[in-house]
Amino acid sequence: MTSLSLDIAHSLPEIVLAIGALSLLMLGAFGAGKRDWIITEAAIVVLGIAFLSMFYPIADKALVWDQAFIDDNFARFMKTLVLLGSMTTLILSREYMARHDIDLFEFPVLVLLATLGMCMLVSAQSLIALYLGLELMSLALYVIAAFHRDDVRASEAGLKYFVLGALSSGMLLYGSSLIYGYAGTVSFTGIAAALQGDVSIGVIFGLVFVLAGLAFKMSIVPFHMWTPDVYEGAPTPVTTFFATAAKVAAVAITVRIIITAFPGVKPQWQQIIVFVSILSMALGAFGAIGQTNIKRLMAYSSIGHMGFALVGLSTGTEQGVAGVMIYMAIYVLMSLGAFAAILSMRIGDRYVENIGDLAGLARTNGFMAFVIAMMMFSLAGIPPLAGFFAKWYVFLAAIDGGLYGLAVIGMLASTVAAFYYLRVVKIMYFDEPARPFDRVNWEVTAVMAVMGLIVVLFAIFPGPFVAASAQAAAKSLF
Amino acid sequence: MFGFGILTGLVVLPLVGAAFILLQPGKDEASVRNVRWAALFTTLITFALSLFAWGQFDIGNPGFQLVEQKAWMGSGLSYKLGVDGISMPFVLLTTFLMPFCIAASWDSITTRVKEYMIAFLVLETMMIGVFCALDMVLFYVFFEGGLIPMFLIIGIWGGKRRIYASFKFFLYTLVGSLLMLLAMMAMWGVTGTTDIVQLLNTSFPSSMQKWLWLAFFASFAVKMPMWPVHTWLPDAHVEAPTAGSVILAGVLLKMGGYGFLRFSLPMFPEASQYFAPLVMTLSVIAIVYTSLVALVQEDMKKLIAYSSVAHMGFVTMGLFSMNTQGVQGAVFQMVSHGLVSGALFLCVGVVYDRLHTREISAYGGIVKTMPLYAVAFMVFTMANVGLPGTSGFVGEFLTLIGAFVYNPWVALVATTGVILSAAYALFLYRRVVFGPLEKPALAGLKDLTPREIALLAPLAALVIWYGVQPGAILNACAASVQLLIKNYEAALAVTKTAALALY
Repeated sequence: MTSLSLDIAHSLPEIVLAIGALSLLMLGAFGAGKRDWIITEAAIVVLGIAFLSMFYPIADKALVWDQAFIDDNFARFMKTLVLLGSMTTLILSREYMARHDIDLFEFPVLVLLATLGMCMLVSAQSLIALYLGLELMSLALYVIAAFHRDDVRASEAGLKYFVLGALSSGMLLYGSSLIYGYAGTVSFTGIAAALQGDVSIGVIFGLVFVLAGLAFKMSIVPFHMWTPDVYEGAPTPVTTFFATAAKVAAVAITVRIIITAFPGVKPQWQQIIVFVSILSMALGAFGAIGQTNIKRLMAYSSIGHMGFALVGLSTGTEQGVAGVMIYMAIYVLMSLGAFAAILSMRIGDRYVENIGDLAGLARTNGFMAFVIAMMMFSLAGIPPLAGFFAKWYVFLAAIDGGLYGLAVIGMLASTVAAFYYLRVVKIMYFDEPARPFDRVNWEVTAVMAVMGLIVVLFAIFPGPFVAASAQAAAKSLF
Repeated sequence: MFGFGILTGLVVLPLVGAAFILLQPGKDEASVRNVRWAALFTTLITFALSLFAWGQFDIGNPGFQLVEQKAWMGSGLSYKLGVDGISMPFVLLTTFLMPFCIAASWDSITTRVKEYMIAFLVLETMMIGVFCALDMVLFYVFFEGGLIPMFLIIGIWGGKRRIYASFKFFLYTLVGSLLMLLAMMAMWGVTGTTDIVQLLNTSFPSSMQKWLWLAFFASFAVKMPMWPVHTWLPDAHVEAPTAGSVILAGVLLKMGGYGFLRFSLPMFPEASQYFAPLVMTLSVIAIVYTSLVALVQEDMKKLIAYSSVAHMGFVTMGLFSMNTQGVQGAVFQMVSHGLVSGALFLCVGVVYDRLHTREISAYGGIVKTMPLYAVAFMVFTMANVGLPGTSGFVGEFLTLIGAFVYNPWVALVATTGVILSAAYALFLYRRVVFGPLEKPALAGLKDLTPREIALLAPLAALVIWYGVQPGAILNACAASVQLLIKNYEAALAVTKTAALALY
């Protein structure tokens, strides 16, 4: 194979997404008009093709596009999750967008562009590629956060996300320039080679700024402030997208940059990761207790879960990275299930978001209540549901790495968190029924059913498969 | 079948029943009846299968039997089941009590019957799994998984303060268990395996043992429950529906004692010896203090709940005396308490179904209207007191002997608990059953129905049978207990020689 065709073969998903997004944009702008929904279907198909293109038979690991882009098993695993998140978001978005009169063709196109950015981010192997992917993702996300432009809350969410996001991008850029200045290269492996032995304070400074920028995207404490407001204000499918695909991409690049570019300064980044991980777990647990809006609750929950995922990263071992990957896979599945349920909360043709609206759901819609209950128990990490195995693998790595304090604090935080997850179950199962929800359409029901099944039966399938592939894929980073 | 053995059958059968019930509409009266019968049949078949397993079980063999193993989740975990003389009695206890729970809920549960039966059957799977699991993580999965159905059972079908009680139950147990989970991870880190059989043959470094022991203790002490972390139990017991209390007292509490026997004592012998005085102190406090608390209770269920804490004190005392009498007595006491306290909660359920109050003061003189009930209640009260001739006596006596060998003072204080238990149990019995029949609500009470007789008679027969023939249980666990104690003492001897060698 020539060098160019090799480059293309290794970035097939990105190319499919780019071509797909642009052609759909053309189709939307010059074509259909009233038939915008076709674009959503087409976007789902494009995502599907992008997923399948990852199975194109090529080498397991390759650095392409002038060493800036890496295609390895870690990237493929994370891209699978990103694509799963995007695809399900689009499936879930159809009805919601139509009911709010915002079913415009720009939405699927922007989702595709954001997904493209995420895939590039996951595969980034230099600081410039990282920034490109991150900005492509973020710019598309800013727009879709405010997609419901007549809605005050959505506009507020979009603006808030944009202002804070721009700030974090600035920090990231500043950090990158410092690192480049001291290491003399933008390539991750080059940085790793340059940072051996005693490193200067400037590099640490740069590292801190880069991590701050990434922490913002992951919504890690203390850069989490935007999360509850944006989660609440953005249209629910967009929130789903934020909670799943965007999180996966941000975590993936954080893992990659730390493991490949900064193995030489492990003590320095380890204390940062441990510190923010503890803060996130604690804030996620305590912050959610007082929430009455379920989307805000999920926001705090996601802050907490990112903290748990970072527990795996904090060890910097292969086992820990595998733990993070398993954690993200399970987290995506649980979040998709939970958000599908939130998208089914509709009373009298209006979407509702209060936890109190779930009262007595077990009696009015047993299936939905059961799915939400399983998602909540799973998010709380109760076996035999999927969430338990997520916690098992990250904490296993932490204990193995000797981070006992972190593990104990994490466990205590997860007990506190269990309280508010239980509260949701309590409202659905123990309280008297409130007004019943409207009929749920089949797409959302199907997503709920699939995610519910996966979460309940995770220990049998697909748990072993996910664990094995994550453990295999984690090797590619070391 | 499919390479799985009897124990998998025991674990899966209740789930099959639950799946069948799930398919029932459960709306009209006829289908609710189907649901009840399906649940009863499932538990009966499970019981029959456990008897079959008991038939295959060789009591002379101290090791694990009926073992089956499959790789699970990649990374070293395994799906491994097996029973030995210590776990077999608990498996039988579980499967035996379950039909009673279903039958006890026959008329008293009228809302959401389908969900109720599913929750109970799932709970049965989890409980059997706990006693059969030979993989640490599998054990944990079953141990924790039982929280979900029990949380729902207390919360949905419980009494007035059910929500408080269910949350307290869940969160208390969860804190302890998560610490245990960390300890399991640390053990995996040292040995690279989660197989209990291999871990039993591993000796952990003594500095590590203490931490691991404490983490496991956090979980089992809450589950047991030991003083001072017992406060969830009275709440959970009082608010749970009758069958929930039966299963809570009968089986769930035994998981703590079983955990001590399976993990703490054999895996961390040095730490167990080191911490034994602590456990003894807590046990003795539990016995005396909670007996005193039981004396002043106004609520029948709460009184029995406190008496459970006291009886579990005898169990921990017996276990940590670490001699044949103590440990066998503890196993016996657990099985006996499972039968007796389960039966006592059923007795409370009988009158609760009629009057819908558990206040002791609402009763009095019901011997005149319910003579049969008075007899049944008498048998179980006496067993609770530990009257010779009932199973309660054997367990208390053996644990006290064990404690006496360990330290006579411990036995001395604990024995006062026996006197106190007689005081509160007889006091309860007098206030409920004897005295003048003054309250108008009590005048028209109907005596036991055939269903209730069918519930209480087998339990009464067993309580008396085990009281005079304790060999059935003691022999079953004898070989395994001997092995446990032999290994324990061998491990301690090794460390002692090692310590001497240092000088």
